[in-house]
Amino acid sequence: MKYSKLAAASITALMAATPVLADLVFPSLSYRTGPYAAGGIPYADGFADYFTLLNERDGGIGGVMTSAPECETAYNTEKGVECYEATKGEGALAYNPLSTGITYQLIPKVTADDIPLYTPGYGRTSAANGKVFSHVFNFPANYWNAASLAVNHLKEVSGGDLNGKKIALVYHNSAYGKEPIRTLEGLAEKHGFELVTVPVDHPGQEQKAQWLQIRRERPDFVIMYGWGVMNQVAIQEAANIRYPMENFIGVWWSGGDHDVAPAGAAANGYKAVTFHGVGSDYPVFDDIQKYVVDTGKAAGNGDNIGKAIYNRGVYAAMLLAEAAKKAQEIHGTPDITSSMMRDGMEALEITEERMTELGMPGFGPTFTVTCENHGGPGTGAIQQWDAAAGKWSLISDFGPSDMELIQPLIDEDSGAYAAENNIEPRCN
Amino acid sequence: MPEQLLFAMEVTLNGLMAGVLYALVALGFVLIFKASGIFNYAQGVMALFAALTLVGIQQGQVPFAHLINAIFGTEVHHFPWHVPSIIAIILAAGVMVLFAWIVEKYILQHLIGQPDIILFMATIGLAYFMEGFGDIMWGSDIKTLDVGLPQGMNMAIDEATYNMFGYGFFIDNLDIVATVVAALLVTSLVIFSQYTKQGRALRAVADDHSAALSVGISLRFIWVLVWSIAGFVALVAGIMWGAKSGVQFSLSLIALKALPVLMLGGFTSIPGAIIGGLIIGVGEQLFEFAIGPMIGGATQNWFAYVLALIFLIFRPQGLFGEKIIERV
Repeated sequence: MKYSKLAAASITALMAATPVLADLVFPSLSYRTGPYAAGGIPYADGFADYFTLLNERDGGIGGVMTSAPECETAYNTEKGVECYEATKGEGALAYNPLSTGITYQLIPKVTADDIPLYTPGYGRTSAANGKVFSHVFNFPANYWNAASLAVNHLKEVSGGDLNGKKIALVYHNSAYGKEPIRTLEGLAEKHGFELVTVPVDHPGQEQKAQWLQIRRERPDFVIMYGWGVMNQVAIQEAANIRYPMENFIGVWWSGGDHDVAPAGAAANGYKAVTFHGVGSDYPVFDDIQKYVVDTGKAAGNGDNIGKAIYNRGVYAAMLLAEAAKKAQEIHGTPDITSSMMRDGMEALEITEERMTELGMPGFGPTFTVTCENHGGPGTGAIQQWDAAAGKWSLISDFGPSDMELIQPLIDEDSGAYAAENNIEPRCN
Repeated sequence: MPEQLLFAMEVTLNGLMAGVLYALVALGFVLIFKASGIFNYAQGVMALFAALTLVGIQQGQVPFAHLINAIFGTEVHHFPWHVPSIIAIILAAGVMVLFAWIVEKYILQHLIGQPDIILFMATIGLAYFMEGFGDIMWGSDIKTLDVGLPQGMNMAIDEATYNMFGYGFFIDNLDIVATVVAALLVTSLVIFSQYTKQGRALRAVADDHSAALSVGISLRFIWVLVWSIAGFVALVAGIMWGAKSGVQFSLSLIALKALPVLMLGGFTSIPGAIIGGLIIGVGEQLFEFAIGPMIGGATQNWFAYVLALIFLIFRPQGLFGEKIIERV
């Protein structure tokens, strides 16, 4: 009796002495409904499953459990902002809204609230300039890198010379879709190709006029910046006019499995730029299967593992988790705040050794984030769709984009933003 | 022949084909509006739901699988069979008839005598309910629709026009099929409404609800009938549009394409829906071809509405709509 009382008292004292660690919260502004759900679902599943894996396999990050509560935005900017306002008070460490429109609205808010905003491969491209955008990170690559990577590939398949070639850009007629135009104009001047721009209005269900125009213009290559139904219809229409699929290349947001599936065999050979690995042949996916899917804790039914957009969700979650770990190291506490998380993101270092430890060898580039550079290395590879096998394959190594051309554009755009908003450049 | 003229001819032909697809969607609106005075906001979602149901049945998908698995901890997704396309289409049409009956019994019946705006609001609610219900029932991933429809360039037309003009016209096989199906559908509807007892009853209700009721026509039966036909039209539209893009939420947005067609053709005329669809189809494609490149392109969506508004100014009831005369 005496001993049991003593034990109880000891436990009580221990509980009182040890602070209760709250979850590390990474709100997921997801969209599982609406016209863009087909891309939103696998991304949200990948994002959630990785954090569940960390909890189940590793007991969280630094001993603190993680959570990724979802808030449905339906890819609607107003709803996205509402989700941000509704969740920021719950200890949110970082936001990843998977929408360029929402990103633009959140940039001033997160800066004021001292919460980092993470937009891998999307959002405001010039946010790569950390001197101006203290709370926004878009490593490891952005829209402009993608345009350059696509052109690099087209140059390579053209025998190293694009002079006199014609390249059409089919794009979603929105802020997102228009992002690469300036870069492509610069690249057209540099490499001597002609650029034809072909906008497609939301949602992109009807593209007859655009593809008749492409049939008339006969471009050597077509680059696509689409999202949602626009991608599926464009690939089908390209097949209908018998445009050679190997000359048709999409940005990573036009490179999902669901984008090519509706066109069936006709989509064979279609290409897309990517900033991460493809397929499920990485140990991390075995772990997700074992600890998350097989235990019934997956966000979906496990069917999306290895699919391009699911992998992107996993990759984004992994980079955030690594940044959280870095923040814990920097500040010497496992229970970090959003401000500490920002510091962790700014000091993030991804090495091949660490990627291998995480079960993702070669899945993405190695890089270091700095105060000046929030955009990462801007490297990427080309994936190609094999319709018979029903999967993407990497057909190139991860290579560099044309930072000589992109960096001045980033500096110019971010400089204009700084001037408009009276932002004093930091990192001096 | 000048190259630009050939291109314009190709664009016009494709515009006509696109117009048929718009008309298919508009037809569903017209049928319901004509018989009940209701502007059915849910028509686009009905096309989505019908196509989802068709693919679900065809692929042997277990309805509500996600919900069942979440509640009972099971792992069911598909039945071990694949239903042939024609049977799946018949079964999906059957589901749309059941849907029509449910709508009449649980919504319309309770709103008899209410102002039109109330009925319209009810269809808005119905649209959002069906969106969510369809997601829960069949899932929100993109589904590939394969009922054996041909797709891609028609080689015979390409060859014939090439021999004639030295430039081969592009016409999508799917658009040709859609045109034939739409023609058959409209012919069947005309025969049905002119030569069958139910069709005459439908026309009587369309002319005057009270008079139709006084001669013993069941308004409830007519409503079930007309919503069933609109459901079938939605299924056909869902198949045609779904074959292009896969079956996904965006199918519900095709209703946006029907609105200018209705404004132009009139809400109460089947020929109006067809002619309106063709005018909008050709108008928007030609405008995009001729003017689009000068003003940045992507003009189709808004130009369709501009065209409809111009017609509205001169003929508010639409080209074929009935002129509204209210006596005081």
